[in-house]
Order: sequence, then C-alpha cells, then structure tokens
Amino acid sequence: MDPAYTADEEEFRAGLRGWLARVLPTLPPPPPAADWPARRAYDTAWQRLLHDAGYARLYWSDDPAHRLILLEETERAGAPYVGANFVGLLHAGPTIAAEGTDEQRARWLEPILRGDEIWCQGFSEPGAGSDLAALRTRAVRDGDSYVVTGSKIWTSHAEVADWCELLVRTDDSATPRHRGISWLALPMDAPGVTVRPLRTLTGTAEFAEVFLDGVRVPTGHRVGAENDGWRVTVVTLAFERGTAFAGEVVGCRRTLDELAAAARADGTWDDPVLRRTLGRLNAEFTALWRLIQTNVREARHLGGVPGPGGSVVKLRYAQLRQELYEAAAAVLGDAALDLDRPWTAARLSSLAYTIAAGTSQIQRNIIAERILGLPKGG
Amino acid sequence: MDFRLTGDQRALRADTRELLARIWPGDAPRRAAAPDGDRPELDRAVWRALGKAGFFALRLPEAAGGAGLGLPEAVLAFEEAGRVLLPGPLVGTQLAAAALPAAARGESAVAWLDGELVTWLDAADAVWDQGAVRTRRADPGLWGGARPLRSVDPLTPVHRVSRASWTRTSVSGPAYDPAYDPVGALLTAAEQLGSAGRTSAMAVRHAREREQFGRPIGSFQAVKHLCADTLVRTELARSAVYAAAATGACSDRRSGPDPVAVAGAKLLADDAAVRNARDCLQIHGGMGFTWEADVHLHLKRAWLRARTHPTAAEAEEVCAGALGTG
Repeated sequence: MDPAYTADEEEFRAGLRGWLARVLPTLPPPPPAADWPARRAYDTAWQRLLHDAGYARLYWSDDPAHRLILLEETERAGAPYVGANFVGLLHAGPTIAAEGTDEQRARWLEPILRGDEIWCQGFSEPGAGSDLAALRTRAVRDGDSYVVTGSKIWTSHAEVADWCELLVRTDDSATPRHRGISWLALPMDAPGVTVRPLRTLTGTAEFAEVFLDGVRVPTGHRVGAENDGWRVTVVTLAFERGTAFAGEVVGCRRTLDELAAAARADGTWDDPVLRRTLGRLNAEFTALWRLIQTNVREARHLGGVPGPGGSVVKLRYAQLRQELYEAAAAVLGDAALDLDRPWTAARLSSLAYTIAAGTSQIQRNIIAERILGLPKGG
Repeated sequence: MDFRLTGDQRALRADTRELLARIWPGDAPRRAAAPDGDRPELDRAVWRALGKAGFFALRLPEAAGGAGLGLPEAVLAFEEAGRVLLPGPLVGTQLAAAALPAAARGESAVAWLDGELVTWLDAADAVWDQGAVRTRRADPGLWGGARPLRSVDPLTPVHRVSRASWTRTSVSGPAYDPAYDPVGALLTAAEQLGSAGRTSAMAVRHAREREQFGRPIGSFQAVKHLCADTLVRTELARSAVYAAAATGACSDRRSGPDPVAVAGAKLLADDAAVRNARDCLQIHGGMGFTWEADVHLHLKRAWLRARTHPTAAEAEEVCAGALGTG
C-alpha cells in the first residue's frame, strides 16, 4: 500500500479500479491524431462517462487525495487522456471556480465536467510569449460588450473548442503593463473569429493561430474585475503547473516500465549505461510524483491554489520527460527513426515541454525570484 | 497519512536545530578544520550532549530509554546534522543504539562498517557490521589491520580496512543484491539532504549580498538559474528521502524501509549534496575556493557520504531492477 493514502482512500481506489475494468473494454478505438472532430467526440464521450459515474467532479475537489488517485488509476489503466477537455478541466474551469461569479460558475462549470463544452486558451501572441504581459490584443468597451481585435497563437484545440479563455488589453496606459489586462470568455463561434491550424514539427496540427477581428464579447463574460486579468491568470497558471501534470507523470512511470520490459526482451538491458539511465529515471519520476502529492496537499492547506512550488514540478518534469524519450530512442536503436513507432512520435512531442506553459528559463526565474527571493532584473 | 510534517515533527526539528546550535555552533566546522593534516578527534563532550538529548536513542522504545519515534523523525534529525556539518560516526552509533546501551547514551561511539573505507575507526569503541556490534576488545584485529588515509574531508578521519575483515557480498552487475543497510543508507541520505539545503541557502544568500556591476549578482539570470537548480535538486531529494522514511514507518518495523525507495533517495540526495555544493562554490567565486568559506567542507563531506553504499551506480542498478519485471 502506498503510505501516502488512508484505508478509506484505498477503498475508493478499489471501487475506481473496478469501474475502469468494466468501462474501458467498452470504448471504441481512439481516432487518428489528425481527425480533430473525431478526437473531440472521443474525448468528450470519455468525460461524460466520468461525469455520469460521479468521478468528473474530483478534478476540482478540494480533497486532493481522491483527485490524485483518479489521475493515478486512469493513467495506470490506460484510460483516455483528458485530451480536448484539458483547458476546461485544468485551466479555465479552476479559474472560473476560483474567480467567477455564482452566475458564471453556474453557466460554465457543469458543461465542462459533463464534456458538453470544450475550451481553448488564448494567452500567447506572436509578440507576447515568455513576456506575456506584452500582449496587445485589444478589447474596447462599447455598451454592454467589448470589441476585441488582435491575434493569439499556440492555441491547442482551437478548431473544436466552444469557448476560449482570452487575455486582452483593456488599458493601454497602465503601468506596469500587467495592470491593464482582463480575462474574457470568448465564444469561438462569434463573428470575426478565424482559426488557422499550425503544423508542428511532429507533422500534425496540434495548435492554431486565432485571429480576432472586431469580435463582440459581452462584458458579463469577463471573469474578475476589469484590468485584474493578470492576477486571475496567475491563479490559472499556478494551477496548471501544480497539478495538471500529475496524470502525465504517472503515465511516464508506466512508459518507463514498458521501456525496461522492452529492453529486457531485446537484450539492450545488458548495456549498463542504458540500464542505469532507466534506473535513475525511475528514482527521479518516483520523487517527482511524491513532490506532486505533497504540493497538492499543501495547496489544500493554503486555500486550494497551488503556489510557485508548481514551477519546481514543471521545470523538472519537462526535463525528465525529454530524458525519458531520449532513453526510449536508445532502446529503439534504428527504430527511433521510424515515425510509426509510438515512442518516436512521443519523443518529438516531448520537445515542446521545456517551452510550453512557461519555458524552463522562465520557470527558473520564477523559482529564483518568487521562492528564493532573488532580485528581479538582469 | 501524507508527507507533510506533523506539529510534533516540526517541534522535533526545531529542538534539534536548537540543540545543534548550542553544542556545535556555526563557526565550529571552520575552527575544527585543521589544514595542517592533523587527524580530527571526536569531541566527546559533543557526543555525550547528543546522547543526553536522545539523538541516538530516537528510535528506541520508551521502555528502553528512547523516544519511541520512527524513521521519519530520525531522518529529520539527521537532516539537521547534515545541515551544520556535525562530525562523528552518527549513523553507526544510531544503528547500534538498540544493541549497545552505551551508544544510545552517547558514551560510546560506533563506526559503521559499510565497505572497505570506514570513517571514525580510531575514535570508535565498536563497529556496526551488517546488524551486529563488533567491539574493539573482542575484535582487535579489525583495528590492527586498518590503515589510515589522509582524508579529503578535514573533519572526518577515514581508514581502509582489509577486505578479509568484512563480509559484504558482491555489489556490481545487474543481479546486484541490495546488501546495504537500508536504514543506514537512508540516514546518510538525510544528512546529504541537509547539506544540500544548506549549500542552496548559502548560495542564495551570497547571490543576494554580493554586488558586482553595481547590483547583486543574484539579479543576473546566469546566477539566478544556478540557484533555482539547487532548490529543484533539494526538493526532489527531500520528497524521495521523506517518502522512503514513510515506507519504513507503515510497514513492519523489522522489515525496515523499502530498499528501492531508499536507493532512489540516496541517489538523489547524493546528487543534490554534491552538485549543490559545486554550484554554491561557483557562486561564491574566489572566496568559494578558499579554506575560510564553509563550502568546501560541505562538498568534501558530500563526496565522502556519496561513496557509502549504495553508491550512485549501485542505486541506479537497484532502481532499474524494479522496472519492467511486470
């Protein structure tokens, strides 16, 4: 038994395992990566199953042990990943839950949990990546609406999303710049929204550019006060870094085990360098999982929002995921050049991890400045 | 149960920190580190004070004069010891406390026979060898056959004992049998963790205070990122060490902590201690290369502890052995 859990929590785990064993064999095969409408349908159907069985609400439960067990067991059983539900479940939903009005929570949260509505994220812009506060997409008040003009980039699931959590500039003159930013829920079917898919180095269109040309968004779709969107966003990003990777870390531990089994079967296990690399990764991923468990429990302690400790997890996880797939390439040998091998595709997509959701360099700045108290600048 | 500290554990940590500050104050390592090659002596007054405070008897039942605590608490105490570079055969004496009441009281010092290299052999009244106490009186050959090294750590004397005087099994190859003492290895990892946390804090303090180009060097990203990495290593090692201690607490006491969890903890804690000390030295610049700065004492002690079993290669083999057998 994992010493991190109580007997009650282990009982919950056993029930979940039973449910997964019954439900997973009834699922259709996953759709091809390039078929976005089919991927949406598949991911939302899975979310609906979780919802109807009473498990979906655990994503936002303030009982972190049950959330961790859900993430552990779904990964361990090879259940579908959150997929298209990612932004709703792990960014926009938690933000609305923390910062929204009662009316906003009633409007948006349940459809996310039921898998009825998909969200995407409109934060980065061509001129505002690591320096997110430099964003220039403008929202101008016109009666009960904002009129939004600008463009967003690196927006995952934009093609199939119903809503976009959008950061806009509502005050051009604010200093510092992050004081003039607001958080809006943008309906993706509004007139003036254009989505252009971007092909990544993996060969598929995993994200898109979103162009906004005079799009009208009701002021009631603003979460948090006008010009307070930066603070609202930091809540979202901290949540993402603190817990969003928990399921993936469990998945990496499973992959590591499969890698070792493959290496044992094909003789590469006799290479002590490879073997020890896998051993070290086992220690690292195990420690990372423990750190996530501690962080999530700390977060409950501090009022539900994971703190900058999430940057420690995000930084190390991104490095380790890349090391894992480098080790996979060593196990594969020549087959690492074959795109039809799943570990090859995963090796390619792992290259995004030290860039997306705050580069590793930015994470180090956050750790140094917000945790260690080193001075800004330089 | 989770891995956050309880109120009692926080109190134990604070008490240990206070005790150590009293008997082994901040400038003690520097004063004790004689650069002229004299072999360091065990400070018996410090040893007795540790014994009196219950440092060695932490895990003994209250009926046996101990504190009735477990590995998670012992790990916290050893982390504090590592933080302040407390010298002496701490692990061996703690391991022998149940078998040797004088060790529990700090009246005896017990060296830990973990391999060919043994620290504090001259000062030791006995050694702890794979679960058994061997006293100097009953086993003089062990001491007689030992040869002193000029130890890289000025605060820790080291002897090489003849291979015939210990009975470890082979420790190489994929079929490595974890013959190391998991409790001793975990307490060593806890000391490494304490040292890693300390050198991280020293690096950050220096980066905040030292000014060049008209501003603190910690405002430069090149320095900032070194500091951030020391924290990441410390936190990962801490997670591994505390979790490994908890595996011992929830299982049958006699079976001890999970050897794979201990190997992972030792691996990450060794890494954190050595690399944090290296980065701390780098951030201290020229001062870091001097005898006066404490940095070298942390680095040298970390090197010494990293050579105890399981070493990095052995720990990696143990952690690999748990994979892919499914």
